[in-house]
Amino acid sequence: MSRMSRLGQRLYDGSVSIDFAGRRRTWYLMSAAIVALALFGLLRSGLNLGIEFEGGVEYRVSMAAGQADQSAVEDIRDAVAGSGVDAASSPTVNTSGENLIRVQTEPLNNTQASAISGLIQDAAGVDAGSISREAIGATWGAQVANRALIGLGVFLVLVVLFIWAYFREWKMSVAALVALAHDVLITIGIYALSGFEVTPATVTGVLTILGFSLYDTVVVFDKVRENTKNLARSRRTYREAANLAINQTLVRSINTSVVALLPVGALLYVGVVTLGSGALKDLALALFVGMAAGLYSSVFIATPLLVQLKEREPGVKAGDARALRNHTRTQVDRFASVPNYRDDMPIYEEPSDSVRVPADAHAEPDAVDPGSPTTPAPAARTPRYTAGERPASRAVTPSASAKRDQPERKPRSRRSK
Amino acid sequence: MARRSPRPGRRLIAFAVVVAALYGGVALGGQWTPKLGLDLQGGTRITLEASTATGEDITPEKLDEARGIIDQRVNGQGVAEAEVALQGNRNIVVEIPGQNNTDLVDSVKQTAQLRFRLVSVSAPGRASQQPSAPAAPSPSAGADASDGASPSGSAGPKASDPSGSSSPAADPSADASPSATPKGRAVSRGLLAADGKTTGPKATATPSAKASPKPSATGSADPSTDPSTDPSTDPGADPNADPAAPVDPTTSKGAPVGKPLQWIDNPGNTWLQRFADYTCPEPGASPKPVADKSDRPLITCDEEGNKFLLSAAMIQGTQLTGADAGIPAQQVSWIVDLSFNSEARQVFADVTRNIANATSPLTGQQKTFAIVLDGQVISAPTVEGVIPNGRAQISGSFDQESATALANSLKYGALPLTFTVPVVSEEGPTLAADQLSAGLWAGGVGLLLVVAYCMVYYRGLGLVVVASLAIAGALTYAIVLAMSQAVNFTLTLPGIAGLIVGVGITADSFIVYFERIRDEMRDGKSMRVAVETAWPRARATCLAADTVSLLAAVVLYIFAIGVVKGFAFALGISTVIDLGVFFLFTKPMVSWLAKFSFFNTGHAQSGLSAESLGLDRLPGVRRPTTTGGNA
Repeated sequence: MSRMSRLGQRLYDGSVSIDFAGRRRTWYLMSAAIVALALFGLLRSGLNLGIEFEGGVEYRVSMAAGQADQSAVEDIRDAVAGSGVDAASSPTVNTSGENLIRVQTEPLNNTQASAISGLIQDAAGVDAGSISREAIGATWGAQVANRALIGLGVFLVLVVLFIWAYFREWKMSVAALVALAHDVLITIGIYALSGFEVTPATVTGVLTILGFSLYDTVVVFDKVRENTKNLARSRRTYREAANLAINQTLVRSINTSVVALLPVGALLYVGVVTLGSGALKDLALALFVGMAAGLYSSVFIATPLLVQLKEREPGVKAGDARALRNHTRTQVDRFASVPNYRDDMPIYEEPSDSVRVPADAHAEPDAVDPGSPTTPAPAARTPRYTAGERPASRAVTPSASAKRDQPERKPRSRRSK
Repeated sequence: MARRSPRPGRRLIAFAVVVAALYGGVALGGQWTPKLGLDLQGGTRITLEASTATGEDITPEKLDEARGIIDQRVNGQGVAEAEVALQGNRNIVVEIPGQNNTDLVDSVKQTAQLRFRLVSVSAPGRASQQPSAPAAPSPSAGADASDGASPSGSAGPKASDPSGSSSPAADPSADASPSATPKGRAVSRGLLAADGKTTGPKATATPSAKASPKPSATGSADPSTDPSTDPSTDPGADPNADPAAPVDPTTSKGAPVGKPLQWIDNPGNTWLQRFADYTCPEPGASPKPVADKSDRPLITCDEEGNKFLLSAAMIQGTQLTGADAGIPAQQVSWIVDLSFNSEARQVFADVTRNIANATSPLTGQQKTFAIVLDGQVISAPTVEGVIPNGRAQISGSFDQESATALANSLKYGALPLTFTVPVVSEEGPTLAADQLSAGLWAGGVGLLLVVAYCMVYYRGLGLVVVASLAIAGALTYAIVLAMSQAVNFTLTLPGIAGLIVGVGITADSFIVYFERIRDEMRDGKSMRVAVETAWPRARATCLAADTVSLLAAVVLYIFAIGVVKGFAFALGISTVIDLGVFFLFTKPMVSWLAKFSFFNTGHAQSGLSAESLGLDRLPGVRRPTTTGGNA
């Protein structure tokens, strides 16, 4: 734990820094590969749509403990197939969870569905209370899908508006939206590749992911905005500042994601192992996949993309150039900014504190343009003052009483002028 | 913001008062467990979808009216606690707890049935209104259906009922002649031709009824071959349930039911017997379910407890083109205007010609027809003349309210919305119980994992997380209880999932805040300062993130169909509660804890120690060492 917190501190002050923003090509390639794989899966096999979309009747038979085995499945399949109802002639029967058996048929009418229900009861040796059934007409799925699409559209529009209003910056909106699309594509791709069933609950899960993915992005962008507010003073390029933001929020992002994933993981476990199928599993699976993707995308996609967009701005360009010149100077004489010790220097209680100040400066030597060390360094530089000290440009007048030069002090109060 | 003197104590107390008040409200309701959805207690859910095939546009008003009618119909079937609710802009969801009610599907999905039938016999129908009730069955009691007394014989006692005991029927329209139908409201003036033509006497000269208007236009008029498709299992309770009685006397002893005008004069012994045995429900009791089939005779009641023996339907509600309440010019009393389409106009003209001012040979009462909505007589007016143009007025002792109510019933009863049933789901109680326990397990385990993680990672601050989560949990439970009392919110499995996911959202806010505090301390602030300076930033981040969550929940709630609505609802509740707890509990709590030296001097287990921040020593904490520095 201690090592972890030490890492947290190092990430925060920048002495340990993972170059998320700089190596964006790597991340883009990685994401492109994943998305391409997802699209490939989607086009090749399509989604395995549940009966809510396709129409049909699903029975879930809750068997006594240990009874949900292959022989029971066979019995039920034979019984249903032998019912004489055409639509039920080739039922899908499988076990699901600890003691559930799931039977799916084509759409049936009410009488047929009840008859099949009776057959299953006999074949499985359970009473009527142990059977759940869901009959869904073929046109229902279209309505569900339609509304899900409308919901997705409305939500995306609202999110764009929200992000725009919150960050006041269309580039951030674009980056956040690209990250969102990325998450949704990956989730859909995983569903297509793995053949997990897609139900309305899955769609709900995907819509919820959008919220979560944005959560991470909002946290990171907040920090980016904060760090880049005063770029000129911190002498960092936009990229460095953004990268520092990611590093600083990394621990937080991981923590929030872990904490959000823990309950979802519990849901997923119960949904898969105990219940085997149904809304719980579908929701939890979509959430689990999407949240993990959301963590990845906010760190590896959203921020690098934002940096890439921002670096084209003339103002940011100029600032970056200034910061790079500064880096170059620091690189040539990295102790130039350390003030020479003089009598009137403020004395710190703790020397370690003042040592940490220049530590910032040589923390990112890799970010400096390697081609520039040939630039001649300024021979003598006026000592730099840390924040809180007076700039040296102030007039100094000799003082008799103090036996040395004293800075000229203007009276604070203008009234007494 | 960093208030000069944060008063965490006051906020905490205010918050405690709010929570206590909420629980007080819940205690008033006296319900300490939330209503469970069908997937957690077992039951049948029928989703109806208004069909657009008819080209009729589906307005919310129409849908709501249909919901009301379906509600009446479902609860009229005697099922306990059925819920009928609108969902989206096209769907009505019927939820029936308990087991195996899929039989209801057919009766639920029928469009509201408004029918015009002819009255054969009517009588007060409640046990309390029938002083001669024991007498009525007696003549026919010995006479079983096969060898029953003559129709007039068994009808006799009942015919004497209204006249002999009209006082319990409380008939206000005493002026209305011997024909006094027991119906008090709508009959005193009967039906008038809209154009004022009252060629009554002449028209009633034709009631020989041989030229009966073939009501075949109203539906299949061949009931004798109609198999008894009604699955109702209790014929004793419902006289209409068993049309093809063991001995089928309707054709042998009475006129064919397919010829209503003849049939009402000679309904046959079996029907009269059933009519005699029938009693209406007492006031306040829910109406008995009746199998209201268009081509069968019907025995049913009106709201005031009068029972009617009615012919097969003459006119369907869908043939009614309009019904309006109003006061005609130069009159003072309210009337209801009716108009029919061309097909029904013809039938109606024939019917009125036949029954206007005619008396029934069975009872000696004036012949009437009845307007039947969903198996219940809503009006039984007499006819005062032939109505050839399909426009009729029902007049009587209406006031504005009753006239409008009748007009609405007529209008919306004829609602042309047809429904399909795209989803029927039936949850077995066994599986439902499994799902409930699985959901609770998942919730418990998820909560425990989050708490464990926070305790390990945040140590002392983890206690704040635990306390906040506990408060949020208590608050959530109270709100779920309050919602289930106030707006009939039911907790479903996706709802539980939403609450569990909400645990993560809630804990996320705390993490954002705690990490902010740590960052501020790394920047060299003391704990007590860091708590206040970290707050505005953490607050902004949390507000943004929660807004997005809430946005997602609202959009989901509006656009999701089916059970996942519960997920969106729970997610929304969790998010709002998260904000409340974060602002009113967590922050004041942390501010308050910052006063203790355990936290503000960075105790090793406080979660804010130098070690857990990764610093060599905490800023702003004086070590009890020598002063003067170690330079």
